[in-house]
Amino acid sequence: MNSLRSKLTSHLFLTVFSFIMLYPVIWWAGASLKKTEELSMPTIWPHTPMWENYWNGWHFSSEYTFAHFFGNTLLMELGNVLGGVATAAIVAYGFGRLHFKLRGFWFSILLLTMMLPGQVTVVPQYILFNKLGFVDSYVPLVLPHFFGGGAFFIFLLVQFIRGIPRDLDEAATIDGASVYGIFGRVILPLLKPALVTVAIFTFIWSWDDFFAQVLYLSSVDKFTVGLALRMFIDQFDIQWGQLLAMSLLSIFPSVLIFFIAQKHFVEGIATTGLKG
Amino acid sequence: MAATANTASGNEIEKKKSGGNRKKKGAHHIAGYVFISPWLIGFLLLTLWPIAQSFYLSFTEYSLLEDPVWTGTDNYTKIFTNDTTFTKSLSVTFMFVLFSVPLKLFFSLMVALALNKNVRGMNLYRTAIYFPSLIGGSIAVAALWRNMFGIDGYINQVLAWFGIEGIGWISNPDTSLGTLILLNTWQFGSTMVIFLAGLKQVPQELYESASVDGAGKVRKFISITLPMLSPVMFFNLVLGIIGSFQTFTSAFIITKGGPINSTYMYAMFLYEKAFKHYQMGYASALAWILLTIVALLTIINFAASRYWVFYESDGGKPK
Repeated sequence: MNSLRSKLTSHLFLTVFSFIMLYPVIWWAGASLKKTEELSMPTIWPHTPMWENYWNGWHFSSEYTFAHFFGNTLLMELGNVLGGVATAAIVAYGFGRLHFKLRGFWFSILLLTMMLPGQVTVVPQYILFNKLGFVDSYVPLVLPHFFGGGAFFIFLLVQFIRGIPRDLDEAATIDGASVYGIFGRVILPLLKPALVTVAIFTFIWSWDDFFAQVLYLSSVDKFTVGLALRMFIDQFDIQWGQLLAMSLLSIFPSVLIFFIAQKHFVEGIATTGLKG
Repeated sequence: MAATANTASGNEIEKKKSGGNRKKKGAHHIAGYVFISPWLIGFLLLTLWPIAQSFYLSFTEYSLLEDPVWTGTDNYTKIFTNDTTFTKSLSVTFMFVLFSVPLKLFFSLMVALALNKNVRGMNLYRTAIYFPSLIGGSIAVAALWRNMFGIDGYINQVLAWFGIEGIGWISNPDTSLGTLILLNTWQFGSTMVIFLAGLKQVPQELYESASVDGAGKVRKFISITLPMLSPVMFFNLVLGIIGSFQTFTSAFIITKGGPINSTYMYAMFLYEKAFKHYQMGYASALAWILLTIVALLTIINFAASRYWVFYESDGGKPK
């Protein structure tokens, strides 16, 4: 009886709390269908849904539709995910399994870079990319992902690799495999689930990495969805309904991936990230 | 993300292994460097070299068009003695960090405790509660926030129901920073997930034996949960402070630093100095001041941690 009551209380609390957390999102969905005059009303659903908000928002720029901006962003994402997944595993195997001089030192440096504020490196990086003629291209956004995909992911994979039994490596060694062979045939296949986590996070974080996008992309032709939204916001007379409609669409890819890979998400960080 | 929580125990395992196997197992010096080379090259090229260059540039005047001109400590002198925007943006940022970090920690810990139960449908609740954090940093949410907290926005309409006359939350300098802090707190998801993972690591036996000794819920929370969670708390605190100092998108989109610089966050100030006014030297000096502040706070955090962070491997007590 007592435990039933406590369960009910839990459910009640969790339901109410989830609702409060999601309420802005629900309101957002409704608001994306509203007329400007109706927007300031706290009702969720509009009297007459303006489905044309989506159509007009999609075509808000006279030059390009949002299809163009989505295409740009996905192209950039393709590079980022590819770079991160391809290199993070390689680096993580080095740190997680091989003994070499100064390994401890380099690993500490790797951990330290996670704490380094990006502001310190951003100016010289910009100068460098500017000198190389890469400003206003995707190179400065994509290239950094090809250097191990970021300290956090390397760390995540190192933790994962440490959890793989060494017997497997030893068996392969007896069969005459080199360290490269062990990596390719033993470790890499086992890393698949962790690499999915890397891909998901890379995708979602790069989608939201507004700072780098605003810094390096200047011509509308190359704009990402985020930059297109900013252009929308900076218009003189904002059509809020349309803007909210496009904003809602812009989070769609991340949300889709989140739901497809939900298990990986919460449990991925929980188990791989914090195995101690 | 999970760096500090892991290094303590991780390193020890490493030591044991390498100690026992040193003779048997060959080292792979060359292969090791081959494997870490992607990261190493990236680190040297995009981190170490930029850090050094940034330090040099902070003593120069540089507009990208001409070569940097050495000006000694002029940038720093000007920043500290003759730049009210610097003082303003630094104090705004400190206020932001001071409120948003503890709020987020407290909030995410409470939520993690609520979610750490075995009830049916828990995954659904977790998803719902994590959801805002998934999208929270995006420009889309910044747009939403700007609308909701506007003078005719949703928040004021709700307040009107209760007979309260709302204000322009974003256009009022007294409340604008508060809206950004609130937005930051709403995105508590990843902090919460880390707490949740920490809670799962607490051995159930501890609670059971405490029950046998007659400890109540509050007592258990204070004597077991909090100490066992302290490494995770520490980790979230350190990264939370570092992250909050770099808040950019929300200030840049929602308030544009205004009104009257009330939300002119340090990262935004630095961005505008560098990429709007093209004062690269000045911006580099600002970056180094930020780095120094963050490093000092982190060192203080680490030093203070020995008094409250509890590691199992230390034999049961904070040093």
